Amino acid sequence: MNAPLQDPGIDRAARLRQLVAALAPLLPAHALLHQAEQTTPYECDGLTAYRQRPLAVVLPETEAQVAAVLKACHRLGVPVVARGAGTGLSGGAMPHEAGITLALAKFNQILSVDPLARTARVQCGVRNLAISEAAAPLGLYYAPDPSSQIACTIGGNVAENSGGVHCLKYGLTLHNVLRVRGFTAEGEAVEFGSEALDAPGLDLLALVIGSEGMLAVVTEVTVKLVPKPRLARCLMASFDDVRKAGDAVAAIIAAGIIPAGLEMMDKPMTAAVEDFVHAGYDLTAEAILLCESDGTPEEVAEEIARMEAVLLGSGATAVQVSEDEAQRLKFWSGRKNAFPASGRISPDYMCMDSTIPRKHLATILLDIQQMEKKYGLRCANVFHAGDGNLHPLILFDANDPDQLHRCEQFGAEILERSVALGGTVTGEHGVGVEKLNSMCVQFSAEERAQMLALKAAFDPAGTLNPGKQIPTLQRCAEYGRMHVKRGLLAFPQLERF
Amino acid sequence: MSFADLQDRLRQARTPLRITGHGSKDFYGEMPTGEPLSTLALNGITAYEPSELFISALAGTPLADLEAALAQQRQRLAFEPPRFGGRGTVGGMVAAGLSGPTRAALGSVRDHLLGAVLINGNGELLSFGGTVMKNVAGFDVSRVLAGSMGVLGLITEVTLKVLPLPAATQTLRFEFDQSAALMAVNRWGGEPLPVEASAWWDGALLLRLAGASAAVDAAARKLGGDIIPAELAGPFWQGLRDQSDEFFIGAERAVAGGAKLWRLSVPSTTPALKLPGEQLIEWGGAQRWVVTPLPPAGVRDAAAAVGGHATCFRAVDKACGAFTPLTAPLAAIHKRLKASFDPHGVINPGRLYPNL
Repeated sequence: MNAPLQDPGIDRAARLRQLVAALAPLLPAHALLHQAEQTTPYECDGLTAYRQRPLAVVLPETEAQVAAVLKACHRLGVPVVARGAGTGLSGGAMPHEAGITLALAKFNQILSVDPLARTARVQCGVRNLAISEAAAPLGLYYAPDPSSQIACTIGGNVAENSGGVHCLKYGLTLHNVLRVRGFTAEGEAVEFGSEALDAPGLDLLALVIGSEGMLAVVTEVTVKLVPKPRLARCLMASFDDVRKAGDAVAAIIAAGIIPAGLEMMDKPMTAAVEDFVHAGYDLTAEAILLCESDGTPEEVAEEIARMEAVLLGSGATAVQVSEDEAQRLKFWSGRKNAFPASGRISPDYMCMDSTIPRKHLATILLDIQQMEKKYGLRCANVFHAGDGNLHPLILFDANDPDQLHRCEQFGAEILERSVALGGTVTGEHGVGVEKLNSMCVQFSAEERAQMLALKAAFDPAGTLNPGKQIPTLQRCAEYGRMHVKRGLLAFPQLERF
Repeated sequence: MSFADLQDRLRQARTPLRITGHGSKDFYGEMPTGEPLSTLALNGITAYEPSELFISALAGTPLADLEAALAQQRQRLAFEPPRFGGRGTVGGMVAAGLSGPTRAALGSVRDHLLGAVLINGNGELLSFGGTVMKNVAGFDVSRVLAGSMGVLGLITEVTLKVLPLPAATQTLRFEFDQSAALMAVNRWGGEPLPVEASAWWDGALLLRLAGASAAVDAAARKLGGDIIPAELAGPFWQGLRDQSDEFFIGAERAVAGGAKLWRLSVPSTTPALKLPGEQLIEWGGAQRWVVTPLPPAGVRDAAAAVGGHATCFRAVDKACGAFTPLTAPLAAIHKRLKASFDPHGVINPGRLYPNL
């Protein structure tokens, strides 16, 4: 009886009437939107290629309303898709045609900041950057910094296990969240983690973080705050060969250095961003590396000297060190504007997000150059090189259906290649609806079945964000690509004994 | 025994199996029961590339072997898992999920777990996560294995993030009572200082600084305290990590006499807990070891009152339950989750909670 409403025999208008009748008594009138002109703004998130109007949009203002709405939807078997700021890049918050979008933007209060414990308790709709701004007077900040941080919410960060440019040293959302409070699909209040460093039982918090709204609806988050480094300086190095740049990344790590940030841009991307921000990038370089060091002035001086030596030893043709904060920000300005800059040189772009072992950075960059020829499309590349996370931006014109098709094939090939190199189809943007097919390549049928069973353990009726993140067996059969055996954790070595 | 044999064994099992490695943590959690199934044939480091900052090893690999391989490359497991009696396997380390003195500063076992291969109760060999740090493809199944006490499946292989050894370390000692020590470690935690471990016991706070040598020297000058020579500091931290130092030896004697050793996990700023018995404080105040004859309810209530929980770590009588009971919604999820991995309930049943 709790199966999601998908019976084509029941028309949309009838379902909507039933839903509105159930929800209207639970909410103020302005918190329930169901006219087409009201729900259309919610038809997609940051992945605009996929659109779907929900039956209704609900904007609760209290946890009691969230619980009541969830209970009603559970009773009616109506899918619930939670949404924060809608900045996600994989369609995780794309509405369900027979469901509601639970927009949690009104949960925007910072409930407390504890300077001694170095924690902040915030509602799910608080923006990522707002947490750091609130903590700044105390000399503290919230470390994960996805590039959408001025807009994205902490609830969305929890759903996606968001990263950023400082993950190598400071970790992902997972490493910086102590506790979440929320509701089960049945509308029951539940807490994962605690204000201490662990909680009894299985570490369900680790499952909920990155679960793309499939396991629970999160309304409140306790995050860790860390002391702001006294100083940060950035090195910018040019290379005349992408292989040398890739090797330099490995050499820095091999030297025992964990940089605060380590980013790479290829020549097409450098040209695009230089045109946009005029930061003085070396336009003749095949690849540019940005390496950041932060900490005490003593620490930074020592680390910058060591990194400079490694970069020059790896064949950098030029190395510049930021002399002050203004210059450091200038070095970063291009990297931070890579996406908008790409938007200026092409009608559309598709951003990929795979991760590969660092040592294969140059390999995949050269493979992507071959794919550009194969698909007849250009691709500009920015990498979170320190953790092997790639963001190739495939440039295309969506008005040309053939270009869109070639672009999708190009993207899928990059993801498959990443899996074959021992990596993963998504490093930080999530699977959502965008990478469902690629999940068939990365995981076996048994692995996907176990993940679907895991979802059912949290959400037996399957009403929380159904159809996202984990493809069904049927979908993978239709996609028809084989599960690629992964590099190192895969099965080849299993017959050794 | 091959992987296929292990898969068959799990697929066909209808009575409890007790997964064992070295047995060094048999004392921990609920009493192990069932027919032993050893992981010791699964032995060996399967991949280690220092510049990729990860190591993969089969579950029965001795932790000591893995750490020796890392030390050769001047790397380490930054979460310093305990080695009871110098023993323990990689799989047991992950299943128990115990982290050492650096946990507050550098993270836990789960924080460093990048991937795992396991055999579930259907006998299926499943691989989750991988070798890369940033990976959000699907649910993060490997991390929930950390601290699972093996109840979700037989872990066959794990991949762990590794970090370079710090260039320099320095240990400082301060004469502080418990309240002063708690205030100091929490205050210093809010400053950009390279503190990676702390311990308070018996009127003294010890701090370990680690990082670039210039930073460690500067911090030591700023903080003051007495510098403990490396030849004393090294064994002290190792004894604390492996629970073989004076406090834990005393605790084992008290346990033999009927007391219990509790691990209280609490918010770091929790004031000194007024409980009878000896206390040792780690993790900047967030982990408190208490040896006490106090009845379990008193200890658990004290932890719950401050938003924490209490694990009955070592005791002759664990009738109170090793771990703090779960709230009803969490218990329901645990039960269904266990069934989704182990439909016949044969893998380490009752090792985490009775009935699970």
